[in-house]
Amino acid sequence: MALDVLERQASDAPGLDEREFQWTLNFGPQHPATHTTLRLVLTLEGEQIIHAVPDIGFLHSGFEKLGEDLNLNQYVTIVDRMNYTSPLCNEIAWHHVCEKLLGIELTPRCKYIRVIINELMRIQDHLLNIGTCALDLGAFTAFLYAFYQRELIYDLCEHASGQRFHSSFTRVGGLLYDVDDAWIAKLRSFLKGFMKAYNDVTGLLNRNKIFIDRLRGVGVLTKEEAINRSATGPIARASGVLRDVRKDDPYLSYPDFDFQVVAAKEGDCLARYHVRMLEMLESHKIITQAIDNLPSGPVNVDVDGKVVLPDKSSTWRSIEGMIQHFELTMSNRGFKTPVNEVYGAIEGPGGELGFYLVCDGTEKSWRCRTRPPAFYHLAMFPHLIKGHMLSDVVAVLGSLSIIAAELDR
Amino acid sequence: MTAQEAINKLKEVSGNGSISTSEFRDNTRVHVSKDILMKVLTCLKNDCGFDFLVDITAIDYMGYPTATTDRFAVVYCLLNTSEGSRIVVKTMVNDPDPVLPSSYSLWKGADWPEREVYDMYGIRFEGHPDLRRILMPQEFTSYPLRKDYPLRGMGERHNFPVLTRAEG
Amino acid sequence: MAVSLPENVFTAKLDALANWVRTNSLWPMPFATACCGIELMATGASRHDLARFGAEVMRFSPRQCDLMIVAGRVVMKMLPVLQRIWQQMPEPKWCISMGACASTGGVFDTYAVVQGVDRFIPVDMYVPGCPPRPEQLIQAVIDLQEKIRQTGKFFSDEFDKRTQYTGPSQSLPRPLDAVVAPGDYTTATRQWEGTGKVQFGERGVRTSLEIHPARK
Repeated sequence: MALDVLERQASDAPGLDEREFQWTLNFGPQHPATHTTLRLVLTLEGEQIIHAVPDIGFLHSGFEKLGEDLNLNQYVTIVDRMNYTSPLCNEIAWHHVCEKLLGIELTPRCKYIRVIINELMRIQDHLLNIGTCALDLGAFTAFLYAFYQRELIYDLCEHASGQRFHSSFTRVGGLLYDVDDAWIAKLRSFLKGFMKAYNDVTGLLNRNKIFIDRLRGVGVLTKEEAINRSATGPIARASGVLRDVRKDDPYLSYPDFDFQVVAAKEGDCLARYHVRMLEMLESHKIITQAIDNLPSGPVNVDVDGKVVLPDKSSTWRSIEGMIQHFELTMSNRGFKTPVNEVYGAIEGPGGELGFYLVCDGTEKSWRCRTRPPAFYHLAMFPHLIKGHMLSDVVAVLGSLSIIAAELDR
Repeated sequence: MTAQEAINKLKEVSGNGSISTSEFRDNTRVHVSKDILMKVLTCLKNDCGFDFLVDITAIDYMGYPTATTDRFAVVYCLLNTSEGSRIVVKTMVNDPDPVLPSSYSLWKGADWPEREVYDMYGIRFEGHPDLRRILMPQEFTSYPLRKDYPLRGMGERHNFPVLTRAEG
Repeated sequence: MAVSLPENVFTAKLDALANWVRTNSLWPMPFATACCGIELMATGASRHDLARFGAEVMRFSPRQCDLMIVAGRVVMKMLPVLQRIWQQMPEPKWCISMGACASTGGVFDTYAVVQGVDRFIPVDMYVPGCPPRPEQLIQAVIDLQEKIRQTGKFFSDEFDKRTQYTGPSQSLPRPLDAVVAPGDYTTATRQWEGTGKVQFGERGVRTSLEIHPARK
């Protein structure tokens, strides 16, 4: 039945007088280039795409409903699984909004560590995006180089939090653990090795004729369209929209760092690739500055605020910490939130990653709407692909950085 | 134009009494009734420079501590891309037939979020070109994010045939 | 009757031969839906390198595969796709349920998520973890190879006897007063026949509109 509806919609599209030359192709939901699960119903004339209708929801798992059932600290394990190519970014976005609602000002050290992690995740996300985009376009080696660097970032996450993938590292008002000197040393050696891998990837792709020919001039998004269709992040910046939440609504300690907002004018897939590559260099710059100036001091805000969980050593070794821990985690206690609502956002790797959080006085949220960047970017897909060839579908999809779990939630 | 200037402008355009505002942290909210919603959004987009639709979402206030008789709120987060100011427009709709005008004519980005609000809450948007379910299957009958729908569903997730080994 | 064989010919049981062949050339079908899919990619990528165990030939066409790796949560809209792909795979075939979500629903005990794919398709190997580390997935492949080596038959008739549902207990956690909402969610990617009957694979017609007898 769903297919009927989609086909009817595809056939109602304007300019389809000579339908006998057109055929419908189903793309997905199980296809290597859909990057997990999404489906496209394409109307083709020969190999040219006349019309595309995306069909999503193949990974809708009720995140937002679950958020109404878990408290602000527990829900971090769920937001992790939202954009799983950069899990810690989601955590930082979620707790950024929680702290905005609760009015908590973080400690300087926590802010710096969160900035470092945020930028590491941006590198990780862009690496996956570039690697898989290259893989879809037939360049396998760049994918292997990119994935090895991702493994090193996983090692850093594992060292910091104990979990390789979904770290659940942030807490309301702080972090699960502080980072130690060994971690900083590991991070420094990663930053050093990263530049070599970065040069390898650029060497493989930047002057690769096949790669460039398949990206240049494909999926062009103008500046006006980018604004009108709510594009954010690298995709908007590749079209010349100079928006970056890190600069425009500074959060954490971003004002302390010297970095550039990368943008391009062309708005095609190649511009998006270049913006992502250069953003990784800017992230590298931010991390280098952050570890050079990392403040000392506590990583969590003061426990007397009755909001932040005490660290594990004081939970196990002191009665006050134990009581505080129980007070916060027991279902009939918990911390008190204001009966109010707030929208907050950070610059995630894919774009503006925001939450609209409504609280009702208990430690659970009443409504925790995610603003997923991929959702708005995939909505532009029919516009971007119109008139292109069938083989350009994977190029445009790859350049949009669609993550189905974030798309469907 | 900052949010405060925009509010003054809105009050000029649509009369002082029809708009109420509230603030929390750095969010400025404008509460409007659904009759003047399109007028307010158009004014914000064309005259006040809020040309970027950040998000559309809905909230079900059934049982909320400070709830009034209105059940659903639909929230539009807007952004001024040239100046960076933000504003939140909030409007209430109610049950037997929750319906709002679609803002697709102003922002093409409103296409999918409005479909999602329809899918999750059953709030219809009049004038939307293609209002169908987006995340749930087309055959689904409930609106899952409403507060009276249970978290674990009503058994829909078990309603599938079982394949055993011998059946391949 | 004595048969004299040339020097370079040796005899073996056909079953053992078939198992040996199948064991060392598993072709996985990566049914990657969510986070576990990224770890599945990491398993195949440079550091962990699944190729060392003869299972690196990821084929995205089910017709060419004999090992389905369900990586990630499967939701209501996706389950018919999963079943369709499982039916399209040729015999003999095996299934690894990778990660907590695929095995039990994991943290997603919500309206949309199927609480374990083993309720609806047969599963041979479960990998715990959220998501499992690549090492765990490799271990699952090794264990599956051991299972094939021990139970495999040349004609795959070890599967014929398994007509019973072998998944978890049938007493599903469903509230007593709950009703199954009208509608059939199995048509996500399939033509609707209009008669209430849905062609379900090549091996016969199932009426998927009714709840399965085991569910009643």
